[in-house]
Amino acid sequence: MTADRPSSETITEARNLFLSFGETPALRGASLTVQRGESVAVMGPSGSGKSTLLHCLAGILVPDEGEVWYDGQRLDTLSDDRRSALRRDRFGFVFQYGQLVPELTAEENVALPLLLSGARRGPAMAAARAWFPTLGLDGLERRRSGELSGGQAQRVALARGLVADPEVLFADEPTGSLDSVAGELVMDLLTAAVRTRGTTVVLVTHDARVAAYADREVIVRDGKVSTLTGAAP
Amino acid sequence: MSVPLTLLGLLEREPSHGYDLKRDYDAYFGRGKPLRYSQVYATLSRLARDGKAIAGPVEQGAGPERRRYVITDAGVSDVERWLTEPAPPEPDLQSELFAKVVLALLLDRPAGRYLDLQRAAHLQRMRELTELKRDGEPLNVLLADHSIYRLEADLRWIDHTAARLDLLARAVRP
Repeated sequence: MTADRPSSETITEARNLFLSFGETPALRGASLTVQRGESVAVMGPSGSGKSTLLHCLAGILVPDEGEVWYDGQRLDTLSDDRRSALRRDRFGFVFQYGQLVPELTAEENVALPLLLSGARRGPAMAAARAWFPTLGLDGLERRRSGELSGGQAQRVALARGLVADPEVLFADEPTGSLDSVAGELVMDLLTAAVRTRGTTVVLVTHDARVAAYADREVIVRDGKVSTLTGAAP
Repeated sequence: MSVPLTLLGLLEREPSHGYDLKRDYDAYFGRGKPLRYSQVYATLSRLARDGKAIAGPVEQGAGPERRRYVITDAGVSDVERWLTEPAPPEPDLQSELFAKVVLALLLDRPAGRYLDLQRAAHLQRMRELTELKRDGEPLNVLLADHSIYRLEADLRWIDHTAARLDLLARAVRP
């Protein structure tokens, strides 16, 4: 199927996505366009398909139907290897439970995306360490994930998501496991970091206070995206 | 909020002129809604009449007449009691939000669309308040958080209501 390329300001786009897990439909015609440098909160009830949509935009899942575009190219038709390379080189990720590698120190966790991209250990570790003061993590570089609080672990995960200077940061309930104070600190730091770098953010959250950090929000219901804004009909 | 008790509380710190009390009230509590001088002086007169404060002698100076006010023991007791009494919870049962949803259901109008528009408006206001917090000034942060959490409560009600509109429509219509 031939499709129009998205405009040059569009960095990532989902077009009419359908995806089912077995007999259960998760996406039923979901479309979303994200402009370069903006942050979009994807909200919706549990099971509405918001995380599935994020995973499709990030090339983790491939839709059954529809198209996913990233920076002018079809992403859903790429081979697994090329999608993996794209995720590694252009995207950053933060998930609800940090998902740090327990055997590694905090700084090794942060350096991981650089090491996986082929960077030499010395420069990768130096780049990782540079994030610790920025995120209020001074002195925690050598700790393992079991020795960090939930908020500290999530800030380490944020550093790991940003260390390779991604073009798009995909964040799936990044404060979902934190109390309100720790969650607010994570969002303050995330917002400051992405604004400084002009990073595009796609943020899945059910929490309105977290969504309020984004430039705009969309609501996913029953596998479709509602783009209704406050404008009068 | 009780203006007399708030002024009395400010007065408990130290004897003050009406001008000082107005300035501090506006700085702490009067964001966008400063007290009028006439309201300050009328309130102070009433507090003095009721034995909660004592008005000092008129001080002559280059400017207008000035009096220094001092809180009394009865005034301190009032402040103390007020600060330990929980404020009455305000369930906002008659809110516009509630009225519009019920009316929309009664009239078979698109209540869901109204809720969507209201959600977007609430989120926009939360975005503005979140941005306001970025200046880091503690009182601004405290005030913005108070509004944000109240808006969040509304949003939870909006989502909860949106998820059961069919059921509510059947219950509301005769």
